[in-house]
Amino acid sequence: MASLVRSWIPLLILQSFLVAVAFGSKEAEQFSEALLLKPLPDRKVLAHFHFENRAPPSNSHGRHHHLFPKAISQLVQKFRVKEMELSFTQGRWNHEHWGGFDPLSSMNAKPVGVELWAVFDVPQSQVDTSWKNLTHALSGLFCASINFLESSTSYAAPTWGFGTNSDKLRYGSLPREAVCTENLTPWLKLLPCRDKDGISALMNRPSVYRGFYHSQRLHLSTVESGQEGLGSGIVLEQTLTVVLQPETTSVETNMQPSWSLSSLFGRKVVGSCVLAKSSNVYLQLEGRLGHESKNVDTEIEAHKLWKNADFDLSLKPDRVLRESSGLLFIFDIDKSSDSEPFDLGLNWKLPSKWSCQQAPLQASRFLMGSGNERGAIAILLKATESQEKLPGRELTDGRCTIKANIFQIFPWYIKVYYHTLQIFVDQQQKTDSEVLKKINVSPSTDKVSSGMLEMMLELPCEVKSAAISIEYDKGFLHIDEYPPDANQGFDIPSALISFPSHHASLDFQEELSKSPLLSSFKEKSLVRSYTEVLLVPLTTPDFSMPYNVITITCTIFALYFGSLLNVLRRRIGEEERFLKSQGKKTGGVKQLLLRLTAKIRGRPIEAPSSESPAAESSFLSTKLIFKIILIAGAAAAWQYFSTDK
Amino acid sequence: MKARVFQKLIGKYMSEMGAEVYYQKFHPEGNQFHPLHFFSGPDSYTLLDNVSCASYGVNVAGIIRAPRGDGKESIVLVTPYDFINGGDYEALSLGITGTLFSLLARVTWLSKDIIWLVADSRYGDYRPVAAWLTEYHSPSFKDSDLLKCGELNTADKFRRAGTMAAALVLKVDGRSERFEDTLSIYAEASNGQMPNLDLINVVNYLAVHRQGFYVKVEKVVSLLSSSWLKIIGEIFEAVGKLAHTLNPDWNFGIPTADYLEGSATLASSLYSQALGIPTGPHGAFRDYQVDAITLKVSPRFPPDSKTRQHDFFLRGAKLLEGTIRSVNNLLEKFHQSFFLYLLTSPSKFISVGVYMIAFALLVASLPMVAASLYIDGCKALNNSTLNPAGNFKSWKWLDAAKQVFALHLFGLIVTLLPYFICQVPGQHSPSNRSIMWGTTSSSLLLITFATIPGCSPFSSRRHGTNWAVLKSVTISAAFIGLCLMSIINFATAEIGALLLVPTCLIVQPIKPALRSRRIKSLLGAFCSMVLLTIGFPVMLFAISKGLFGEGLVGLSLGGEFWTWLESLWAWKSATYLYIGMVHLPCWLLCLCILFHPS
Repeated sequence: MASLVRSWIPLLILQSFLVAVAFGSKEAEQFSEALLLKPLPDRKVLAHFHFENRAPPSNSHGRHHHLFPKAISQLVQKFRVKEMELSFTQGRWNHEHWGGFDPLSSMNAKPVGVELWAVFDVPQSQVDTSWKNLTHALSGLFCASINFLESSTSYAAPTWGFGTNSDKLRYGSLPREAVCTENLTPWLKLLPCRDKDGISALMNRPSVYRGFYHSQRLHLSTVESGQEGLGSGIVLEQTLTVVLQPETTSVETNMQPSWSLSSLFGRKVVGSCVLAKSSNVYLQLEGRLGHESKNVDTEIEAHKLWKNADFDLSLKPDRVLRESSGLLFIFDIDKSSDSEPFDLGLNWKLPSKWSCQQAPLQASRFLMGSGNERGAIAILLKATESQEKLPGRELTDGRCTIKANIFQIFPWYIKVYYHTLQIFVDQQQKTDSEVLKKINVSPSTDKVSSGMLEMMLELPCEVKSAAISIEYDKGFLHIDEYPPDANQGFDIPSALISFPSHHASLDFQEELSKSPLLSSFKEKSLVRSYTEVLLVPLTTPDFSMPYNVITITCTIFALYFGSLLNVLRRRIGEEERFLKSQGKKTGGVKQLLLRLTAKIRGRPIEAPSSESPAAESSFLSTKLIFKIILIAGAAAAWQYFSTDK
Repeated sequence: MKARVFQKLIGKYMSEMGAEVYYQKFHPEGNQFHPLHFFSGPDSYTLLDNVSCASYGVNVAGIIRAPRGDGKESIVLVTPYDFINGGDYEALSLGITGTLFSLLARVTWLSKDIIWLVADSRYGDYRPVAAWLTEYHSPSFKDSDLLKCGELNTADKFRRAGTMAAALVLKVDGRSERFEDTLSIYAEASNGQMPNLDLINVVNYLAVHRQGFYVKVEKVVSLLSSSWLKIIGEIFEAVGKLAHTLNPDWNFGIPTADYLEGSATLASSLYSQALGIPTGPHGAFRDYQVDAITLKVSPRFPPDSKTRQHDFFLRGAKLLEGTIRSVNNLLEKFHQSFFLYLLTSPSKFISVGVYMIAFALLVASLPMVAASLYIDGCKALNNSTLNPAGNFKSWKWLDAAKQVFALHLFGLIVTLLPYFICQVPGQHSPSNRSIMWGTTSSSLLLITFATIPGCSPFSSRRHGTNWAVLKSVTISAAFIGLCLMSIINFATAEIGALLLVPTCLIVQPIKPALRSRRIKSLLGAFCSMVLLTIGFPVMLFAISKGLFGEGLVGLSLGGEFWTWLESLWAWKSATYLYIGMVHLPCWLLCLCILFHPS
């Protein structure tokens, strides 16, 4: 991802810089919007919104931006961020049906919750401070608890397993973060047209969040101008990927559902964002490379591409591009207006089936063992059907091999025993030296830092399955380290499986337009997939225990002080005399019986009201006050003498 | 062949609903008779060397992924089904779960994945579920011959869906005897472990108040008609009424019928927990700390009446849906309610705080009696012997302790003997094996008595161990054993204490009692004789069989007893250890005291 951006951006920046020089700096900032729609094999539709905002290098600090969000540029300047990516995801990416070997999935299939990584342009000693400050700034900016990544137990510094080789990289993820509109709204505020105009106007909250998968991503990278005295330019890429289920009326199960933009989102596009340089809608159809690929030039053949026996589109595409595995229709939405809104529809006429290209190995991860003491984590890699067709095989020592990188963070309460690492290839246990090419382990420290495992596997090409298992002990947390919902269990963040020798890209047969979305697809991107988040049940204390302790302590205190006061205050002799004077009226035994029955019946005694002498009570109270003062004096003296030593 | 077709049909049905389907092969031989596996967790996958393709079961499982869920947790639905001779009732349970599953595949409120497991119940209800759970939690990455068997390709991925939050096992069997549809809840897992009470409460509430099922838990039927219990119940009712007239706030009186029902249920609950054998396939889940119960539904109509089926499907599926929805909506797993409890009805229970009191009161007498006996015994020794070794006053108990230790060692050996008897080559009937066991044990006992001096109750040595000291040490040993057992399996300790405590307290040498011819001592001797007869494990087994309405079985009793013990061992029940290592030695020691030559 980073490499692709870095490699082609200088050219464009240089070009835009020249433009800026020619026309003044106002035109230099560029914004473009695009929407990619793609029917998926399992009767769903993928919508990928892509917004790109570029600020060219400038020499004045604190300058005013025209289009570029000020918050982001300040962030970059303050924390010296070289590259950063933040994603909010809900739901799981279905690698089997939605693909795993195209640029779209390798860039936008993200782990559940929040994921953040950043590369800083500061001295090594300041990286951690910058990271901590950045998490707090982002937390405020996006209304999310990203600041939990501040603690050193929740982030790691991958060296090579993440795909970007840098020692100033920090990576952290929060699997439990719930994603909702409160995160989308600040994200939209970074766009010049917000969601008022252009493609982003389609983002109707209920329909966006009704989807099966929802991932909003923000990627920014700085571009060095290379010139003396100039600052660096920033490229901000914002994408939103949603997978929606079109509502169908047809009962036929193998028929793909027909849809239109208004049926998917409940809204239509009326014109583009006026600030955008380009605003396009793309429709990608996979697996229909066809029969009629000989000459597209004639008008009839081109017409056939979008209105044929299988399906028809409601609008005529402006251009049709062919790539290795399908067709790409390009629509320009500039022409649409209030009277004639852009409402692209796809109508299927015949049942059709195709499959997505999958990553060479499909990864799944699960927990093993039972009990609250120990367990094991296993990562299972299974060969997919498309494995043999994929490029990117390597020949080492005459053997054909597939390389796979595994990057995994372990929270400190998962105490991993790295020596228990076992690797099975095709149900045969292998020694580490046979399949492990590289491994980098940084063990966790209790309550201080999380553990990290990076390893590079070299598997034979004809591998059917590979399994890795590693054992761990479950740690004990201090009572105030438990989260509010401790009894749910604790999350282990997703592992990242990447294939360093495989790169995904769309290969267009024609020359490329200037669209940023397409050029990012054309760039080679590393094939990567995230595994599931795991839930480890840890031993949890009975959280009501402190309450019980408080209750019993208070009871003991009450009993102690109550009886003490009783002893000090009550005058037994007086009471006896009082009782005797009472007893003249009713007999002692009779009184006792009366009390007993009253107690049994649960009613108070209907005692004959006897006026108590007021003088006596006041006398009592003065005596009481005197005694209390005496006790207080004794206590003070005791305190004085005991502290004196 | 029929089985394969059925399995494929179910798999096809599941995948049409949008679920991920897979088949899992497993071996019917599950519980191996193996020594000292009692408190170990579930078996790690043991590879069988000579796998035969002749008999293996196939589980069908389907997973619905929660549309917006994160896939961390799952809820499991299990329907045992015999693919070869499954009856109409079993088909009904498949139908209920199937309808529910198709509903769940379409709903949007799921936050946890749903797994539906159709367990191949040809090899029992428990084994297929246990095999599936083993594969789920501790798979073997090594090559297995089983995968190559048969034409059904199970090599495709075994799929998982995160940590299990709860599991429900649904079974439909028999016709209800009552007017309503009946729902029986089974919850006891191995070693008396119970699922969280909240799960039972949720099911009970939904079944009674929403779907109108008649909910019951198992009870000892013979207790319902017993007259002495009825008399006690009537007394309680009368006392309750009297108390109510005295003070309207005192409402502890319950009707006799309720009291009878409650006692019968409590007895059954206590018995099933004490036995330590799971009462259904849900027991396999408890080994992995998953709350699970078995729901056995009996419809009030015959299974072939089509008109009533619709209503039954609807209500059964609604009950399950409600339960799944309750679990689904929980952020945390069940932890608020009790794990240690005894049921007295589907909606009433006795918690640990209450039932521990009875046990504590029962056991508390033991150390006190032991102390007083020890002091008495020391005095008696001082009076009777004037040996010069009086300096070692505090070591008086050593002789007795030797004897107690020897007999406990004997108990341990007897406990381990069945393992070696099982290794004896050749096929033996259970009665033969029990005879082998009996003879070896008794000869061992004779050897123990012969080799260790002072052990035998029949030794004529006048100045052997003092019986009071011996009894004191015996009581201490029993006390320690009972307390340990109450931590492991409370119900066993409770029943054990009911038998052992009176025996230990009442037993006295019979000779002086006969000699004195006083009515009090004769009565005591008679009582101890009766208690000791009842206390013999085989006798106890016969009585409990009789109590549960299965009748005495005469000569085959030995064989029955053997199979019973074998099942205890196979299920890793700690009750077996208790019988062998606490109950039997203490019983023998009491016998020694009874025939003590003093």
